[in-house]
Amino acid sequence: MTTRRAFIRTSGTIAGVLSLSSTSIIALAPARAWALELDALTTVQGQTLLLLTRHIFPHDTLDDAVYALVVKDLDTAAADPHVAKLLVDGINSLDATTDGKWLDLSSERQLQIVESIASDPFFEKVRSTAVVSLYNNELAFAHFGYEGSSFEKGGYLNRGFDDLDWLPPPPVEASPQP
Amino acid sequence: MATHGNTDTSVVVIVGSGAGGGTLANELCQKGVNVVVLEAGARESTGTFINDEWASFEQLAWRDRRTSSGSWRLATDFPNLPVWVCKTVGGSTTHWSGCSLRMREHEFNARRVYGDIDGANLLDWPLSLGELEAFYESAEAKMGVTRTNGIPGLPGNNNFKVFYNGAKRVGYDDCHTGRLAINSRPRDGRPACQQLGFCSQGCKTGAKWSTLYTEIPAAQATGRLDLRPGCHASRIEHDKTGKVTGVIYFDPNGNEQRQLARVVCVAGNAIETPRLLLMSESSQFPDGLANGSGEVGRNYQRHTTGTVYATFNEPVHMYRGATVAGIISAESDHRPERGFAAGYQLETVSVGLPSIASFLDPGGWGRKVTEAIDDYANMAALWIIGEDLPQSDNRITLNDNEKDQWGLPVPNIHYDDHANDIAMRNHGFRQGSAIYDAIGARRIIQSPPFPSTHNMGTCRMSEDPLFGVVNKWGQAHEVPNLFISDGSQFTTSAAVNPTLTIVALAIRQADWIALEMGRRTI
Repeated sequence: MTTRRAFIRTSGTIAGVLSLSSTSIIALAPARAWALELDALTTVQGQTLLLLTRHIFPHDTLDDAVYALVVKDLDTAAADPHVAKLLVDGINSLDATTDGKWLDLSSERQLQIVESIASDPFFEKVRSTAVVSLYNNELAFAHFGYEGSSFEKGGYLNRGFDDLDWLPPPPVEASPQP
Repeated sequence: MATHGNTDTSVVVIVGSGAGGGTLANELCQKGVNVVVLEAGARESTGTFINDEWASFEQLAWRDRRTSSGSWRLATDFPNLPVWVCKTVGGSTTHWSGCSLRMREHEFNARRVYGDIDGANLLDWPLSLGELEAFYESAEAKMGVTRTNGIPGLPGNNNFKVFYNGAKRVGYDDCHTGRLAINSRPRDGRPACQQLGFCSQGCKTGAKWSTLYTEIPAAQATGRLDLRPGCHASRIEHDKTGKVTGVIYFDPNGNEQRQLARVVCVAGNAIETPRLLLMSESSQFPDGLANGSGEVGRNYQRHTTGTVYATFNEPVHMYRGATVAGIISAESDHRPERGFAAGYQLETVSVGLPSIASFLDPGGWGRKVTEAIDDYANMAALWIIGEDLPQSDNRITLNDNEKDQWGLPVPNIHYDDHANDIAMRNHGFRQGSAIYDAIGARRIIQSPPFPSTHNMGTCRMSEDPLFGVVNKWGQAHEVPNLFISDGSQFTTSAAVNPTLTIVALAIRQADWIALEMGRRTI
């Protein structure tokens, strides 16, 4: 069994450059290049988890920088040796089902392998982390068009709560004027 | 703000400060009764509420461990959080949508109207709509319910516009922005709704009624309320005559305390309320306090629910503004020709991006989940809320294999869907889908229930003490100075959000308790 100390020694970095098409996210970012330092996981392990998350919640135009937030939370959770073992063993199991590295396979073949482990605790750990981490952040809000906290802006009363104009307005008996 | 001594035997002790407990506390204080409220949660405020779904959940939700069993999907999807209620001063009135509908006549007479349904433990309420009407009026006035008392309805948001247009196309002509305990005009010292869109995270303007900033401060202003946040009741004690004498609780430091009482009222929501009675078993009440009937914890009802999401080619931004922004009541009648007894409402609902993936397809993954989320900005949603049937084995029990932070057995919540519930849910899914289909939905998703916020029936009212736990006043059949003051006392669940009825019953119960105290019968 690998000790936590070994993970610390082998910790890595994942990095990328925001896609030019990620305009809503670029507007929020200080620079196009981003990097995430990992405390518990290696670079390859981080890259594997990022790509695995892309298979679990595939949004083709959502930038890797947002998926990296899931890896960040998994890396934080991996400070617990039990979680670290679950993740590392899971990543190894992805590779063990093939002749080569899972990361190097075609996307179709990768997905087949993901489907084959979908009932494993490792998969559920990544899925249940991603189901919150991937969507509960400002970058995802910008990408998907969710405006979030509104109190400090006076709510949506004067910011489009009823601006839908592609259907007829309901009569005032059903929907009084503000 | 008052401080009553732990050995003061003249006080009424209320466990819980939500719709039932908070309202009852204020009503009793206004009548000159001294009250101690034991509230397990902390006291937040409009200032500390958070416009952030997950952070707010951690702030307000009852997150103590629970277990679940049965065929309902929540036992699979959210096994340790099958119920979504609050642990905070104000209880689940911090989280509720504000939807305030009266129960209807047929719903008080479920057994008589629906007949004998296999597997259902139906019973008529021991009171009529007529007996409750005056109290519904008081509750609506107190809470400032729109479309009552001359209060205008709220303006509809985008989610409502989609809902309304679809409803009209499929022939529902009663769709409007509902009766909500949310101010459409400034009222009662609270402002008008600013359409924040975070109704369920604690209303930061206070436009939505919550006992936190209405009933509780009003009660405190009388000088008769001793509100104790962070105090978790663990046992109700009684004397040899079978009358309750006080409540044991853990104070905020985790120390056990005993508060003596003349009367004890339990309003901890329909999971914690029967749990407390079951934990209060004694040689005199071997199956739990006031449980000679064996009905404590049974007949757990949580409404037949489901959500229909739809995406369109154009933007909706459903999260902008009131969560329940409109309602259709046309399916709330009892029309057995539809293939099920009782009825349901359709209400708009919205879910923010942070939790959409958790609720759209719980446990799901892959493109069938994410393709809908890609259209999040173009998404509308509605919620089905129907009367589910009481079943004897749908029940709260003590799970002696798992203990909470105080070493108390956690509650297990068992629920099997009745065939009637399934038929109703499927009908609601079809009708809800038709609404969106009629106006050109690109994709329609039918999603299973959220963790239950409507919890009812686990200490139900009955005429005959054999079939229920409390009488028509919420007074325990077996223990005259013990009252149930929350949705636990509902005989049946009715196709309406429960809060208005809980408040009406609490106002009525306060009159009865004060009367009986005056007569010295309790």
